[in-house]
Amino acid sequence: MSNKVVQAMYNDDDILMDAVKEVRAANYHIEEVYTPFPVHGLDKAMGLKGTRIAITAFLYGCVGLVFSIWMMDYMMIKDWPQDIGGKPSFTFIQNMPAFVPIMFEMTVFFAAHLMVITFYMRSRLWPFKEAENPDPRTTDDMFVMEVIVDGNEEELVAFLKKTGTVEIKVTEKH
Amino acid sequence: MSSHYEAPIRRPLIIGDKSYHDISVDVAAPVEGKANKLWWIAFSIALLAFLWGIGSIIYTIGTGIGVWGLNKTVGWAWDITNFVWWVGIGHAGTLISAVLLLFRQKWRMGINRSAEAMTIFSVIQAGLFPVIHMGRVWNAHFVLPLPNQFGTLWTNFNSPLLWDVFAISTYLSVSLVFWWTGLLPDFAMLRDRAVRPFQKKIYGMLSFGWTGRAKDWQRFEEVSLVLAGLATPLVLSVHTIVSFDFATSIVPGWHTTIFPPYFVAGAVFSGFAMVNTLLIIMRKVSNLEAYITEQHIELMNIVIMITGSIVGCAYITELFIAWYSGVEYEQYAFLNRATGPYWWAYLLMMSCNVFSPQFMWFKRLRTSITFSFIISIVVNIGMWFERFVIIVTSLHRDYLPSSWTMFSPTFVDIGIFIGTIGFFFVLFLLYARTFPVIAQAEVKSILKSSGEKYKKLRDGNHE
Repeated sequence: MSNKVVQAMYNDDDILMDAVKEVRAANYHIEEVYTPFPVHGLDKAMGLKGTRIAITAFLYGCVGLVFSIWMMDYMMIKDWPQDIGGKPSFTFIQNMPAFVPIMFEMTVFFAAHLMVITFYMRSRLWPFKEAENPDPRTTDDMFVMEVIVDGNEEELVAFLKKTGTVEIKVTEKH
Repeated sequence: MSSHYEAPIRRPLIIGDKSYHDISVDVAAPVEGKANKLWWIAFSIALLAFLWGIGSIIYTIGTGIGVWGLNKTVGWAWDITNFVWWVGIGHAGTLISAVLLLFRQKWRMGINRSAEAMTIFSVIQAGLFPVIHMGRVWNAHFVLPLPNQFGTLWTNFNSPLLWDVFAISTYLSVSLVFWWTGLLPDFAMLRDRAVRPFQKKIYGMLSFGWTGRAKDWQRFEEVSLVLAGLATPLVLSVHTIVSFDFATSIVPGWHTTIFPPYFVAGAVFSGFAMVNTLLIIMRKVSNLEAYITEQHIELMNIVIMITGSIVGCAYITELFIAWYSGVEYEQYAFLNRATGPYWWAYLLMMSCNVFSPQFMWFKRLRTSITFSFIISIVVNIGMWFERFVIIVTSLHRDYLPSSWTMFSPTFVDIGIFIGTIGFFFVLFLLYARTFPVIAQAEVKSILKSSGEKYKKLRDGNHE
């Protein structure tokens, strides 16, 4: 199995979209596409599965809610009940209305932060991480499609040239 | 081109003959260029004000809260006024980036980055006040739910002041994460353009190694959407909870159920005014008039007009309910606000917040940049006085006429307030020179649908 990829560069998102569809129709395997901004519909055109990150956010939110309930029940009802301003804290359910704001805040806190951490980990983003985009122009105005060479290399390059690419390069995949 | 369709009736959001590369160049220009004299002058003034503020804070902590103008009747005054004012200003950023994202308003993309920066910087200022007001700041950790070994008891979760601690810290941290996630692709753009190795290293670090893979973009968009969905109720909850600090008390003038929506509308009102103040200058100084267009200013003026009117309705409702309640303490609180010794503050509040935004009904005025700038300053002043009126005039004449008194700030009160303004502008001016001040990746994604050049090309085909 060769690690060779062809990097086809495009300078327009519409041309890229058409190219992605053509390459897929010709049964070549698209390894990766780098774009400077979110191109709508690109994930579907590439055949990427939908992301499940919103589901994780929901689950994290549930964790936050449960945690806040446990925390306030433990601190105010179980561990050290107090009679503050003639309003004793003896049962959770009687104190619960006053706990709603913090339940809400902690739900949001957990959902937002843990989802973002999940995103950073799944997409391998963190400080001091080296960027791996094949060309510095991919964050400016260039769109790069990486296609795996599987079989006849020249045929693939010739095919990609017809899709409107402005530059084409064959490299070893890192 | 069909996928980029936008109704011809919509005005372009990106003016001129811009390409994707032009957007990168324009956004990177303030970062890559050198600061001009004006920036240095502004920065020096802000830094001086900040230093004065630090001096005042050190003096307060070293000597005690007695150096402020507070007395035993008026226990909350400038400190809490400033706190609520800064938190209110901090609402526009999330509103622009989250609520307008949910409503699919494309015009948010030119201004969301700076509005979010403003949010974060002003919430930092807001957070300072309750901490200093504690007096013994070295015990500030008492607000955290820590076990008794730390010298605290468990915190009282029934207290609105504690809700505030949770609300503000959640808001600050979630806004920061939302802002930073949006910044990653733009830092990556600066990193890949950087020529000097030092800049490349710094922006490489800040961009977390963003590369723009299709899968990353898919997740990025989903994360942005979910964060917007979370931040929208969050931003409403924050000022609701700030209003609970007052509304759950039994002080006439504070104990009102209208406070949460009234405070939220006021927060949006003052926040948008501050966004206008900052961006009207920034678009000029940083040559971003093609991205922060007159239309952006006009739309923000419309939001200011609407929220100003909501606030006006709230003022009048308060007066009506005070009369209608038949409670003489409540009635006196409002009579005293409008006609008592602080009548001038009430008049300033009414004229700045209710009267002045009504000018925005006229198209000529709301599209005038100079006029918008003046009104934005007027609204900022008016909203400061609103908080002053609510806090000080409700307290200075309480149930016991023998303890009635007046409040006047000392130079320390004034110094800390000026100091936070200085701190805010220090942060904002540094931001304007080092950060991508426009969400360029997002702006690029609407270039073909909302760019002037593309709109002309497309609309020309129909005729």
